[in-house]
Amino acid sequence: MSVTNAREELLLPAEETLTVIRQLAERIREGIDPPEKRVVVVGIRRGGAVVARLLRDTLASLLGRELPIGFLDITFYRDDLRTIGPNPVVGATDLTMQIDNRCIILVDDVLFTGRTIRAALNALFDYGRPESVRLAVLVDRGGRQLPIQPDFAGRVVEAGNRESIKLVERERGEWVVVRRRLAE
Amino acid sequence: MGTHLWNRKHLLGMADLSREEIHAILEAAASLREVNRRDIKKVPTLRGKTVINLFYENSTRTRTSFELAGKRMSADVINMSVASSSVKKGETLYDTLATLQAMNPDLVVIRHPESGAQEFLARHLDASLVNAGDGRHEHPTQALLDLLTIHDNLPLLEQEDFSSLIVAVCGDSLHSRVARSIALGLKTLGAEVRFVGPPGLLPFRAEEAFGVRVFHRLEQGLEGAHVVMALRLQLERMSVGFIPSVREYFAFWGLTKARLAVAAPNAIVMHPGPINRGVEIASEVADDRERSVILDQVANGLAVRMAVMYRLCGVGGGR
Repeated sequence: MSVTNAREELLLPAEETLTVIRQLAERIREGIDPPEKRVVVVGIRRGGAVVARLLRDTLASLLGRELPIGFLDITFYRDDLRTIGPNPVVGATDLTMQIDNRCIILVDDVLFTGRTIRAALNALFDYGRPESVRLAVLVDRGGRQLPIQPDFAGRVVEAGNRESIKLVERERGEWVVVRRRLAE
Repeated sequence: MGTHLWNRKHLLGMADLSREEIHAILEAAASLREVNRRDIKKVPTLRGKTVINLFYENSTRTRTSFELAGKRMSADVINMSVASSSVKKGETLYDTLATLQAMNPDLVVIRHPESGAQEFLARHLDASLVNAGDGRHEHPTQALLDLLTIHDNLPLLEQEDFSSLIVAVCGDSLHSRVARSIALGLKTLGAEVRFVGPPGLLPFRAEEAFGVRVFHRLEQGLEGAHVVMALRLQLERMSVGFIPSVREYFAFWGLTKARLAVAAPNAIVMHPGPINRGVEIASEVADDRERSVILDQVANGLAVRMAVMYRLCGVGGGR
């Protein structure tokens, strides 16, 4: 791990991000039984959408078939409207495929309190009734406030409350994970 | 995060909304449209919030749109209309306000024939307030849904943004709060706005008051326009003879296919509804699916009102 500046630490360089996603895809593939099971990859905007795209591509080539992908924007399902205010950038949900009786791989970049996943599950069930939902995250940073655990975690790191772990784009298409100490 | 700043508790008019605030609403509305296309047309965003629709003027369309918007955001929505309330029994606005306050609503949507009513309520009520039309003054959610509809059609009109757009607002802009609100919103976004109509139906000194260009001949006003907005001839607001006859009005000011020929290629036609066929607009235009976006306006109205409720309730939820 290298230190990029005093308050920022590089947790995953770009090539390692790809390696971790590839390992995630391999582990997910082993869990798909039977292999022809109908799988849908769903990314949570915004960071989860990036991981979901990369994960879907790798998983599709491992399985040797096309995999549908969808995206959830959970802004309207959050439980903190009052505290964060109404200013988040609102993205669009794009979930046009059938999700009834499908095996959903729900994908996010960083798992923290679990509230985003709670919101995403509620959103997902407004679109149908999946057979199962598995949670895959690039980084699990601990600090859960809800009984939610990942089925597949690329990396597990310890992070304090005054730190942020973020997936950021360094160069075009080069995604890295950084740890930042937040100002007091 | 948070590139779009919204810090307002009330939405009273377009006059003081910034470009960023307008985009904050349009962005949320564009996302909420998806909810209205699903099987389960509901999100839990405003669960536990109470919305009161207080209508001192009849308006089935607007009231229904606000009611459905609140319900699709999971708020509890109550309708109070003047015909069925104690206002008819002599209650003053102040006493109605005290009664509302006791019910502790989070958001009050109000339509009132006088423009002072909204300001009065905003000062004394804890809840957020949405102006759903006040006299001849403003109707901001109608303007916002029009802006969303125009925004959707910018690619068709071969425009990058609003800055080179020409919008012709045709007809009775004197009695129209829709005309005022949309003119103010379009000016904020940088578009050219024209008021086109007979001198007697245009606001006094419209050029200075609204920064619009005024045309007294329909053909001139429509020339090169990307968006043609027909206004309803508000006969119910006309106490004396503003126009000689409805038939003559249509002959001079009715939007027909032939007259639209001078507008820009692909120009779209809008109308805030309800339309008077054969008065301000010909059926051949209103029903022309190539040009008329009147029904898109209705669908966008729902999404815009959902977005307004979302943004307002986020600012302290009326507290």
